[in-house]
Amino acid sequence: MLQHDIVIVGGGPAGMAAAVKAYDSGVRDVVIIDREETPGGILRQCIHNGFGLHKLGRELTGPEYAAVYAEMVKERGIRVYTETTVTAVTADRTVTAQSRDGMLKVQAGAVVLAMGCRERSRGALNIAGTRPAGVYSAGTAQKLMNCEGFSVGRRAVILGSGDIGLIMARRMSLEGAKVEAVCELMPYSGGLARNIEQCLHDFDIPLYLSHTVAEIHGDERLAGVTVAAVDEHRRIIDSTRRFIPCDTLLLSVGLIPENELTRAAGIPIDPVTNGAVVDEHRQTAIPGIFACGNVLQVHDLVDYVSDEAELAGAGAAAYVLAKHADSETTVADNITVPTVAGDGVRYVLPQRVHPQSGDVALFLRVSAPAGRVRFTVRAGDTVLATAVRPKAAPGEMEKLPVKAEKLAGVTTPITVSMEELA
Amino acid sequence: MFDVVIIGAGVTGGMLARALSRYRLSVCVVEKASDVACGASKANSGIIHGGYDPLPHTLKAKLNTAGVPLLYKAADELHVPYRKTGSLVCAFGAEEEKTLAALFARGKENGIPDLKLLSGDAARAIEPALSAEVTGALLVPSAGVICPYMLTIAAIGNAMDNGVTLLRDFAVCGIARDKDGFTVRAASGDTVRGRFVANCAGGFADRISEMAGDNSFTLLPRAGEYLLLDKTEGARVSHTIFRVPSAAGKGVLVTPTADGNLLVGPTADAVKTPESTETTPAGLAKVATLAKKSVPSLDLRQVITSFAGVRASEKGGDFIIKMSDTVAGLLQVAAIDSPGLTASAAIAEYAVELLGRAGLPLEDNPAYCGERADSFAFRHMSDEEKDAYIKAHPAYGRVICRCETVSEGEIRDAIRRNPKAVDTDGVKRRTRAGMGRCQGGFCLPYVRRLLAEENSVPCASVTKKGGESYLTVGKL
Repeated sequence: MLQHDIVIVGGGPAGMAAAVKAYDSGVRDVVIIDREETPGGILRQCIHNGFGLHKLGRELTGPEYAAVYAEMVKERGIRVYTETTVTAVTADRTVTAQSRDGMLKVQAGAVVLAMGCRERSRGALNIAGTRPAGVYSAGTAQKLMNCEGFSVGRRAVILGSGDIGLIMARRMSLEGAKVEAVCELMPYSGGLARNIEQCLHDFDIPLYLSHTVAEIHGDERLAGVTVAAVDEHRRIIDSTRRFIPCDTLLLSVGLIPENELTRAAGIPIDPVTNGAVVDEHRQTAIPGIFACGNVLQVHDLVDYVSDEAELAGAGAAAYVLAKHADSETTVADNITVPTVAGDGVRYVLPQRVHPQSGDVALFLRVSAPAGRVRFTVRAGDTVLATAVRPKAAPGEMEKLPVKAEKLAGVTTPITVSMEELA
Repeated sequence: MFDVVIIGAGVTGGMLARALSRYRLSVCVVEKASDVACGASKANSGIIHGGYDPLPHTLKAKLNTAGVPLLYKAADELHVPYRKTGSLVCAFGAEEEKTLAALFARGKENGIPDLKLLSGDAARAIEPALSAEVTGALLVPSAGVICPYMLTIAAIGNAMDNGVTLLRDFAVCGIARDKDGFTVRAASGDTVRGRFVANCAGGFADRISEMAGDNSFTLLPRAGEYLLLDKTEGARVSHTIFRVPSAAGKGVLVTPTADGNLLVGPTADAVKTPESTETTPAGLAKVATLAKKSVPSLDLRQVITSFAGVRASEKGGDFIIKMSDTVAGLLQVAAIDSPGLTASAAIAEYAVELLGRAGLPLEDNPAYCGERADSFAFRHMSDEEKDAYIKAHPAYGRVICRCETVSEGEIRDAIRRNPKAVDTDGVKRRTRAGMGRCQGGFCLPYVRRLLAEENSVPCASVTKKGGESYLTVGKL
């Protein structure tokens, strides 16, 4: 059995940022395990721009953003095990992985889970009809186009207005395909406003809100789809069914954190985020195991993934250094209070905080779009923080800083609520 | 000239091919699809039925009872995954309990071992997820679940290893009888000759029979729609949960699969053709509702895919397994709906017997080996065994399908061994790569590349399931 101070599962943006931060926090023995040939994760196929504006102050493509972090990893001499797939993580922090060299077993001082997410598939949506070729999740099509160099189709319908679907609408249009429609089940888009502008409006691609794909047609290759409007209960309105001929259907209908390893390790999962329940250091309920990035909560911007990963990297380093110093108490031993999603708020992360540990940023998503809003963070009757935003949407993650002096002494659950202002 | 031409590479044709490969015979299986197990054999409940349901003295009753031990034996020899789950036939109320009692008696008459009638509470004691409304149940301990397409693939692969020829993309469009035998013609213009023809064409068996000059039966295609749930739901129930059967079939069942998923379905709706395998909003909704009635705690958010299969039923209700009354040398193995999978090994034996009586010489093939290497040997190894195996065969170390943990080595094997996988669906059925919760979202590009590499063809020519099912439409 090998020993490493910190083992990071996944070499995407979260894993790399966590590794760099852990190293810079004073732990030198950090390794990353990644299943692909090179680190970078899904960023490797995101060849469009728009990455890094917040975090790096410049606008990069996905591969460029990944390269910045890959370079930092390399400079620090952090080892990356590539083409190596982690098959198990246990509560006592042993990590098992499989590669062409055999089965790797590592006893880790701390583990950072950064496995990212997967796309919801056609099957999970239960769309009726046949099962021809030409039905892809948007990310699979993106991989085939941007990494393998193939055109996936000539005439497409896209279901779901998530960011990957919007990006792929533009990508296919740029390659000469006709994108007939983007259908969104909800009465609003889950994608970033800038993507709707730049990927749909600029290319005259219609976005049909409250619409879905009711049926898939075609035997060998997709021949077309039946689209239809839905009522307020998301039920198909039969009178609105219409056939759109197309050879490609892309699905951009949600991302699911890949927490199979997390669950198998016995780590509690938040049913709303589908990620682990964590504290402000992104430590899970099992001491020494941390989680960050899209495996913890689905982000809209990679910049925030990097921020979150730095919290986890620093947390993992502190955990390891405390163990080395044989310190009796670590942060994890102290009391935590839970956070609660109040009115208008779908979830709050972290799900628990240590009130004594300094400034904390709460991340949240709202339940439905709203105009001018005020967020209020309360512990009992005490207001810990407020923030006003010109608008709020489920597609855009909100960040609410709470000051250390406000948090200190809090013993009751912390509730975040949203109210729409006139 | 082959001794026997088998039309159809489903479970019936496959098991018959394997049974015939025990003898010194030349056998050819022709299949219209690009792969084996592409019809009802890939889309059914995968149940090894206890045998309480068929009417006594029918072929179904005889071959179901005889088939169960033969199927378990074949599955062991072929290393096809199965589980002896036992089944519970559940009654809701006094009326259905009467039917249960009749099934119990019928099962006894059919010679099914260890049947037991349970109260609702006794049933819930062994299957806690059962609905509180279940008032009684029939326990059938000999029932089980098996992967139907793996059985078909393994049977045909084993038959091929024993000398049987498989011709794919061979859509039979004409059958001519002359004094020596038959000429079977494909739409492509290819022909094969055979002294005997075995009609194992599933939903198309009536049309094949007609081509040969026998119009004695007509099949009534009935579709069954299913929902397949993630392995996270696989342990929701430990038995196969049936409702009390009706004229329409055995009703919507809830069962763990041999691979550890949970399967619910099927519906039973008349459809136009045996190829009407599309799912419908109404059908899927019906399956969901009825499954929830048996097992209310079912988490339907864990559905990973839906599919439909079409049964080849006949109005008489029984299998049609006999030498044609009108065309000498034509063996009918038709109307093989439920419990066709369970009975498949017994059907094959019975069919061989009929061919023997009709004059096919059955002389033992001394080279016959009924064992097939286990496709899943690697994944069942301990980590230590895997480590040693990977050191000798590094391709097994590279994981391609993350959801089902399928390695490059296993995928290459599936493309190389009989019957070779030629498309991405073929790899999926043989290895489970793409069968998991992401449904191939991540592994598809890799599987496609391996298929292209192994078959020395460009990536662009690799299809999902043969024909025009291209995955991409050109280079950028």
